[in-house]
Amino acid sequence: MTKLLAAAAAVARPQIDARCAHCGERLPSAAPTTFCCVGCATAHDVIAGLGLARFYDRFRLDPNVRRLRPNGDIAVDYTAHCRVGANGETRLHLMIDGLHCAACVWLIESVLARDSRIVDGRVNLTTRRLSLAWRGPASDAGQFVASIGALGFRLVPYDPAVLARDGDAQERELLRALAVSGFAAANVMLLSVSVWAGHAEGMGTATRDLMHWLSALIALPAVAYAGRPFFRSALASLAAGRANMDVPISIGVALAAAISLFETTRSGSHAYFDSAITLVFFLLIGRYLDAKARGKARTAAEQLVGLASRAVTVVRSDGGFEARVPASVKPGETIFVAAGERIGVDGRIVDGISDVDQSLVTGEIGPVIAPAGTPVFAGTMNLSAPLRIEATASGDDTLLAEIVRLIEAAERSRGRFNVLADRVARRYAPVVHITAFSTFLGWWLLAAAPWPTALLNAVAVLIITCPCALALAVPVVQVAATGRLMRRGVLVKSGTALERLNDVDTIVFDKTGTLTLGRPTLTNVAKICADDLAAAAGLARASRHPLARALVAAAPIGAAAPCVEEIPGQGLRRITERGEERLGNRRFCGVADSRKPGAGPELWLSRPGRAPTRFAFADRLRPDAAETLALLRAAGYSIEILSGDRKEVVAAIARDLDVDNWNAEHDPAAKTRRLEALAREGRRTLMVGDGLNDAPALAAAHVSMSPSSAVDVSQNCADVVFQGEFLTPVVETLRLARRARRLVMQNLAIALTYNLAAVPLAILGHVTPLIAAVSMSSSSLVVIVNALRLQRGEER
Amino acid sequence: MNSLLILIPLAILLGLIGLAAFLWALRTGQFDDLDGAANRILFDEDDDRPRR
Repeated sequence: MTKLLAAAAAVARPQIDARCAHCGERLPSAAPTTFCCVGCATAHDVIAGLGLARFYDRFRLDPNVRRLRPNGDIAVDYTAHCRVGANGETRLHLMIDGLHCAACVWLIESVLARDSRIVDGRVNLTTRRLSLAWRGPASDAGQFVASIGALGFRLVPYDPAVLARDGDAQERELLRALAVSGFAAANVMLLSVSVWAGHAEGMGTATRDLMHWLSALIALPAVAYAGRPFFRSALASLAAGRANMDVPISIGVALAAAISLFETTRSGSHAYFDSAITLVFFLLIGRYLDAKARGKARTAAEQLVGLASRAVTVVRSDGGFEARVPASVKPGETIFVAAGERIGVDGRIVDGISDVDQSLVTGEIGPVIAPAGTPVFAGTMNLSAPLRIEATASGDDTLLAEIVRLIEAAERSRGRFNVLADRVARRYAPVVHITAFSTFLGWWLLAAAPWPTALLNAVAVLIITCPCALALAVPVVQVAATGRLMRRGVLVKSGTALERLNDVDTIVFDKTGTLTLGRPTLTNVAKICADDLAAAAGLARASRHPLARALVAAAPIGAAAPCVEEIPGQGLRRITERGEERLGNRRFCGVADSRKPGAGPELWLSRPGRAPTRFAFADRLRPDAAETLALLRAAGYSIEILSGDRKEVVAAIARDLDVDNWNAEHDPAAKTRRLEALAREGRRTLMVGDGLNDAPALAAAHVSMSPSSAVDVSQNCADVVFQGEFLTPVVETLRLARRARRLVMQNLAIALTYNLAAVPLAILGHVTPLIAAVSMSSSSLVVIVNALRLQRGEER
Repeated sequence: MNSLLILIPLAILLGLIGLAAFLWALRTGQFDDLDGAANRILFDEDDDRPRR
């Protein structure tokens, strides 16, 4: 065991860049341990203690992925989510936060397998969910969840019935229908080919009838089963008084099957069973791809539950502490928040002074000094000293919950986007009906043909015009485009995102974390003498403050200074033989400097007998921000910056990036209002942003993108998520969206041309089942091949 | 032509077996976690039961 531990430590601790052996957080280089915090040490002990230290070797060594640190969640009551099965097993479904790769799956399952009570503990890596079954009372759930929570994963219970209602069930039904229709289409086609060959070779009537009857036997039940998605949708649309694309599809398929059966009973020479079932098969492919793309989008609210389920320490009237669920805290109660803890309720500080990191709520870096009386919000982080907070709101009344409501409202108001394929279908459907009906009337009345012949020709028109290629045109391009983007680290979550990206004429960027990297860096390192830097870093190593961390990161390796005292909201100090050393804000270090404060945050170092030194920090721009914005401007988009940060900071960034349109000091609601105002002006906006404060704005924009460094929630509301330090994915995605649009148009043109060419033949009664099958399959194949061109082709 | 009376039902039967196998796989959740399944092969002590 010790050997394993040492090995894990050695892996995580190369010479220059010491990192926490559990979460990979960078360590102060002279730290006595290999862990960044007690939580990580505990998690590492648990893992190593179970003999599972191999986890650290298996874990994909991606420096950007951090394992979650355990954060001391309390036991939420899980019993309400447990279901007792018929066999006496209790089952609980959980969503897992912090699951990155197969190693995490292995770790969780191995830990669960060690508990003899557990009969089934299986992690689904695709959906990031855990299904847990055990023998015993529901009250055991807390223990199991705690044992996984100790590893650094966060678990949130969910009700599978609620989630399965919409997406999963529909996708499964389509896949089943696809399998049945595929089987039937292949077999009926087999029989049909022999019938077609028989027409040329002189097959006997009895044999042909046998083939037709066999085809009917396979095709009719298959059409009835696999066609249900279309029939249902057609009936629903007729009931609503509209005709969507499923109406001609349903009529075509049903009529083709019926007339073929009729022909078979009177021993006719042509039957369209193969067309009917192949039609259903091709259409289902398009429908399935569509559903699959849609299913990837997940709701934002799901993940937010996780944020709300953290423990809150309530101070009882007798002075004792008690851990409770945030929602149960009543306004007026006092809660205690230790340094480094997240604040669980909205409230006002009654005792203590600290630095509070509000980035989750405001999206801006740089903590705020919070003395007694300062209002604080749920979701913010208390950095430097313990606080007592009087709750003013909790649960549904917090700012966090308010933001969730804003997201939901904005998503509702965006409403149903009118997809191109639907618009085409709405125009196309009536034309099909009229053509088929006139064909029937023409043959029956004008050409005085018997009604079965007239009907057969009308059915041929319906089959030929049936929009197989049309239905495939859009989803196939979409799958090809999202596949290509996925390989470049861009995840398209919404099925209609690519189409909506095409309409965009205005791009709105958030500042912090989007245009910038979202963390402070020391900017004037060249002007500081090495001795000052080393001394400042020595002091800074004692603090969790983001500026102190940035200073340490910029300094060479050294030891932490002893006996450092942190004064919240002011800085760090320590007494040496020669006097007092201080690192902190301007006033704290006694700097009587009349210069205007710079644009960014700063720290000062004062040492006895020396002039104070200034350390300036800035949130650096992403390396390619200027280039990306220039490219976008050149492509004709109008650019705007929308930030919650202070005016001077935003103005400086806007100047650097040459952006004229900028708005500062916008809170989430104001951002949403700004986007709504743009929409009223008739602009189609692409919002690029991260942070919880951007989430409503992302939902309110016409289409939205979010960097993957962003808080989970904003990723969830965004239509597109991109990875990495660069902004160029925005340009690439927009370009690909344009190419995809071109291909969709080409595909629609190809599909319509095919139909137009074949319709006259059908009206004249020359379309035999053979011709119908060939034209249908070939047009579908051409459309698919055309869409696959998107996978190759020029990179830029 | 008599051979058809055996071959056609045989062909359809084989197709039906394939279809049944696929529907079975779908129902028992073989396609639920494609990412996980791809990685699970690398675990030493994994069992191959699908998630129930």
